[in-house]
Amino acid sequence: MYNADLGAVWLTLKLASVVTLLLLLVGTPIAWWLARTHSRLKGAVGAIVSLPLVLPPTVLGFYLLVAMGPKGPVGQLTEALGLGILPFTFPGLVIASVFYSLPFMVQPLQNAFAAIGERPLEVAATLRASPWDRFWSVAVPLARPGFMAGAIMSFAHTVGEFGVVLMIGGNIPDQTRVVSVQIYDHVEALEYAQAHGLAGGMLAFSFIVLLTLYTLNPRAGRVGQ
Amino acid sequence: MSRNVRVRFRLERGDFCLDIDLELPGRGITALFGHSGSGKTTCLRAMAGLERAAGGFFSVGDEVWQDEPNGIFVPTHCRALGYVFQEASLFPHLSVQGNMEFGLKRAASSKQRYDLATVADLLGIASLLSRKPAGLSGGERQRVAIARALLAAPRLLLMDEPLAALDFRRKLEILPYLERLHDELSIPVIYVSHAPDEVARLADHLVLLEDGKVVASGPLSETLARADLPPAFADDAGVVLETTLSTHEADNLSQLDFSDGHLYVGRRPEAPGSRLRCRIHARDVSLALERPRASSIVNILPATVTAVAATDTPGHVLVQLRVGTTPLLARITERSQRELAITPGQPVWAQIKGVALLA
Repeated sequence: MYNADLGAVWLTLKLASVVTLLLLLVGTPIAWWLARTHSRLKGAVGAIVSLPLVLPPTVLGFYLLVAMGPKGPVGQLTEALGLGILPFTFPGLVIASVFYSLPFMVQPLQNAFAAIGERPLEVAATLRASPWDRFWSVAVPLARPGFMAGAIMSFAHTVGEFGVVLMIGGNIPDQTRVVSVQIYDHVEALEYAQAHGLAGGMLAFSFIVLLTLYTLNPRAGRVGQ
Repeated sequence: MSRNVRVRFRLERGDFCLDIDLELPGRGITALFGHSGSGKTTCLRAMAGLERAAGGFFSVGDEVWQDEPNGIFVPTHCRALGYVFQEASLFPHLSVQGNMEFGLKRAASSKQRYDLATVADLLGIASLLSRKPAGLSGGERQRVAIARALLAAPRLLLMDEPLAALDFRRKLEILPYLERLHDELSIPVIYVSHAPDEVARLADHLVLLEDGKVVASGPLSETLARADLPPAFADDAGVVLETTLSTHEADNLSQLDFSDGHLYVGRRPEAPGSRLRCRIHARDVSLALERPRASSIVNILPATVTAVAATDTPGHVLVQLRVGTTPLLARITERSQRELAITPGQPVWAQIKGVALLA
């Protein structure tokens, strides 16, 4: 394996790890809200969160590129804050990936939170636990399978992204050139042997991830009992 | 300073309306009794602050937990209460001990009346502490739930049909523990039930609810003996007597004394001097104008008719009697009432076919 390949693998793992951590922070409150709200906005927010499931990644990437570009609102904000312009940088890629993988974190978590139901939280309230305390001492432990599934799915999905990366990250070694882009480069250059190496690795990785998930799944089904 | 519990709730949910205004005793077990849909559970949830009754008022002794006109609504987690749900609802991710410690850790330690070991002993769960809830029987789970509620240092214990989800054997297993609680606890307990036997066995005070309204509230035996209750309750009509076992007789009967006479029942295992609560169903009492001479019935008491009321059972009426000052109910047919010309004030003989011992 060439250094460029190793660099791409390392970058991909780094990207997926950072994105998964950020998604835990961002996705948990969204999932909690979606699972418990009776607000009329629930449908709209749920639909927006799920958009990346149906949109072509290029469409998502295109809008993010425009928004984060020098003339876009996000771009102007980041420039005003002295952060520069985000497209074609690692942080830009992270932000795009967070949007792209958001439903893969939110949906399992939302289902897990919904499966807990009101009762354990009411019980905790009658035992003097404040709302914050109830969330950490009851909801989070009971939603553990949801957290596992969400984290695994987000990680794997970020590892597998391609279209969004091309749109927003381009193809800069050690900055934005992730494994999927590297494979594309190899194929373009007719380096099939190297493409095989990386593609086979991705195949094995994806299989192991899904195997893990389906092994965990019976546990996920027991949430809230 | 009153120790009593004051409740005033008005709560509308669709076409159901809960509308109650009550003062309940500050100790002992108060049963909220009614058929399903009568608003018992809603009332209990409102007491816990799990439902908010706009304009409601709720206080326990000197602690006001809800006084909406003055802008007071204490959230559930700030109320010193214990709540036992119909299903034990133990936290599946915690052990029995972890469940019991949940409230214990969060309640003010200065208010703590019991420690974990004492409560575990009281409820007979000391050997289960390291187990997970999934491995417990229904009765064990419910006892852990009661222990967990008690350890949260409550000033008020709310129990929502804690036995309803259990089969008959488990009920029998758990009732003695509830009776022990009754004797041990100095805090008021509000006990929701639709099972007349449980109420007769446990309660000191009885509130009858129908369609969200209070139809009667008072000390248990007096309230049960009222003949003017809605016919829906008359099917379960009967009185509860507090008796003392006086002697065991040679022919395997035991004599139970109450304030105005005595009853005989099959020989009891208890020692003379024991206090026993027993229930006499209205359907087990028949009336005669003269003292029956040749009758196989052992318990025949002189009584005076105080009231006659309609029942839901076709062709039957409910007759309220007094044996001295002790109330008694009899359910007889309208034909008998007509033929014997039973009216208030008339002296009769009450023949009691069955006495159910409750403890």
